[in-house]
Amino acid sequence: MKAKIVITPKKAVVDPQGKTVRNALEQMGHQGIKAVHVGKYLEIELDGTDKETARKALDEACHKFLSNPVIEDYKLEIE
Amino acid sequence: MNFAVLQFPASNCDQDAIHALRDVLGHPARYVWHKETSLGDADAVIVPGGFSYGDYLRCGAIARFSPVMQAVKHFADNGGLVLGICNGFQVLTEAGLLPGALVRNRDLQFHCEHIFLKTVTPDSPFTNKIPAGKPLKVPIAHGEGCYFADESTLVALKANNQILWQYCSATGDVTESANPNGSLLNIAGICNQRRNVAGLMPHPERASEPLLGSDDGRWIFESMIAALQNRTVAKAA
Repeated sequence: MKAKIVITPKKAVVDPQGKTVRNALEQMGHQGIKAVHVGKYLEIELDGTDKETARKALDEACHKFLSNPVIEDYKLEIE
Repeated sequence: MNFAVLQFPASNCDQDAIHALRDVLGHPARYVWHKETSLGDADAVIVPGGFSYGDYLRCGAIARFSPVMQAVKHFADNGGLVLGICNGFQVLTEAGLLPGALVRNRDLQFHCEHIFLKTVTPDSPFTNKIPAGKPLKVPIAHGEGCYFADESTLVALKANNQILWQYCSATGDVTESANPNGSLLNIAGICNQRRNVAGLMPHPERASEPLLGSDDGRWIFESMIAALQNRTVAKAA
C-alpha cells in the first residue's frame, strides 16, 4: 500500500514562498496566475492490505507529527 | 542554581548557553543529552538554539519527540522553569508547551543581526530583573522566526499578559520596520499561562558579555536566577 500526503499552509498563514513563486511565474510570462501555495508532499510505503486501519493510524501521525495543525492542513490518500 | 542545557543532534547554541550561565554568571550548568530521561536536580532547563535534526520536516518537529522532552514536560507541569531560545522556542511550540508556531521569515531571508527588544511586562520569572523601559540589544540568527498564532490565541496572549518581548527600534518603539521577520504583533517571545515556560527567538546567551557587542541578554538569565532564589527563600520560610 502507498499513502500519499499533501501538506499545505493554512490560508491564515502568510505564504511568502507562494507569493515569490507567483511573481517569478508572472515575470517569466505566465498570465492569469491568481495565487500559488507551496506545500509538502510525502509518500509512505506500507506493509499489509487493510486500508482502513492504515488510514486511522496515518491520520493520527499526520495530525500529531507529519503536519502542524496550527499552521498546516493535510490531505491523506491511500492506494 | 543548577541549569540543565539540552542537546539534540544538531543543536549548536548549547555551548554558548553553558558558557553564559556557568562562566559569566557563575551558576552550575550541565549538558543533558536528548536521550536522557531525567533532568536530575536541575532548577531550570534551557532548550538551546541550533538546527536540531537538520530542521527536517519542520523546525523542532522531531526534537519534540526526544526522550528528554518527556522529562521536560513533567518538569514544566510541576512548575519548573523552562526557557527555549530560537530552535528551543520552536521545539516548545511543536511540543505544545507554548502556543502558536514559528514559520519562515516574511522576506524569506535568513536574518543574522542585532535587534532590540521591548520587555512588555516585568511580571514573569524571565523579565522581573530587566530595567524598566530599557530596550535590550540582542542578536538574532534565524530563517524561520516569524511568530504565528490564530486570532483567538493572540487575543488570549494579550489578555493574559503572555507576550514578554516585542521587536522594537533602538528607542523602544514597536514598529513594522523594527520587525525583522514578520512576526504577528512584533512578538519576539512569550510565556505560557502559568508563566513558568517561555520562549524567544533572539539569543540572550550571545549577549551576556560586553565583548560580544551587548550584555543586555544577561538580564533574562538574572531574572530566572532571582525568581528561583525567591522560591528557595519562600520554601524555607
